[in-house]
Amino acid sequence: MATIVGSVMTSHVPAIGRAIARQLEADAYWKPFFDGYPPVREWLDAARPDVAVVFYQDHGLNFFLDAMPTFAVGAAAEYRNADEGWGLPTVRPFRGDPALSWHIIERLVADEFDITMCQQMKVDHALTLPMALLWPGGGDWPVRIVPIAMNHVQHPLPSPKRSYALGAAVGRAIASWSDDARVVVLGTGGLSHQLDGARAGFINKPFDLMCMDALVDDPVKLTRYSTLDLVREAGAQGTELMAWMAARAALPGPVRKVHANYHVPISNTAAGLLAIENMAASLARAA
Amino acid sequence: METRSDDGIPGTPIFDGRQARKGYALNAMCFSFNDESNREAFRRDEEAYCRRFGLDEAQRQAVARRNVAALIAAGGNIYYLAKFAGIFGLDVQDIGAQQTGMTKAAFKAMLERAGRS
Repeated sequence: MATIVGSVMTSHVPAIGRAIARQLEADAYWKPFFDGYPPVREWLDAARPDVAVVFYQDHGLNFFLDAMPTFAVGAAAEYRNADEGWGLPTVRPFRGDPALSWHIIERLVADEFDITMCQQMKVDHALTLPMALLWPGGGDWPVRIVPIAMNHVQHPLPSPKRSYALGAAVGRAIASWSDDARVVVLGTGGLSHQLDGARAGFINKPFDLMCMDALVDDPVKLTRYSTLDLVREAGAQGTELMAWMAARAALPGPVRKVHANYHVPISNTAAGLLAIENMAASLARAA
Repeated sequence: METRSDDGIPGTPIFDGRQARKGYALNAMCFSFNDESNREAFRRDEEAYCRRFGLDEAQRQAVARRNVAALIAAGGNIYYLAKFAGIFGLDVQDIGAQQTGMTKAAFKAMLERAGRS
């Protein structure tokens, strides 16, 4: 059976792509952000995942308002990035894992999640940047991916409670997959930020730090927030926290925090990083 | 709970169904800017490009003025508008500064302060 090795949750601000393209990792502005990633890469090297299941949101590359799925599961053999309007260099294509995608789709619908299934799907910076941060340097990606897009563009958004339940259902689906693959679950976005309105630039450090603690020890606590609570506390675009909640919910049983980093600001955003290990998988690896 | 654009979180637009209906043409135009050829067509003849997407008068004026608050009021969604802003080399901090009435330097200083709080 498949093993979930852990979860990595990270911000995905487009400016990170610009910084990578211009090799600014050691620049004073960027260093406190990029310095968060090496310990997580070391953990990933040891955990050896074969597949990354990625909770993220599409910001108008693949989906438009003509048809906006609340939750969309990718089932393609390959996923490509494309110009998102800023002419940034695109990343190399990702290999999909259609067998796992369809297994997750079957299990989610059996679990009464009425998801959208996508055999063609472009992936935007919310997926590509976390991948480039975790597996930098070019060459082939060492993992196959299953993208799961959550609507954070048009209200009504799925609620925090529903997003958490989706993540838990995806975790059950992965654990019931007959393949012996090792799977890491990523959640991307956030943390607090707001791009629009007179409150643009809003950041809430105490709220972010509370959420990062809760995601380790008491993630269910965050499901009591409504979507509008998150808008108020984390900013209009800070609702992306829900992708972190889904990724965390996929982990069964006891967990251990591997590494965390938090830095303000990157562009308009409070940048967070949190890696959590599934204790059962780690003990099995040590044995 | 239903989310609505007038729910009253100060200074915080909610892009709900009402805004999405109002802004459909404007957002469709901005979505087209994923393609460089469309950005080029807009640069070549802005008026004609807006007409092609059926923007209303308020939307065309907001586009002409590059005014983000007016674009949002006219139904624009910030993620699609970011593609429009990119045509003029404006990033999200330029957009934030414009909406808050600050200089970009003051806006960035505000963000830096949020990290120390």
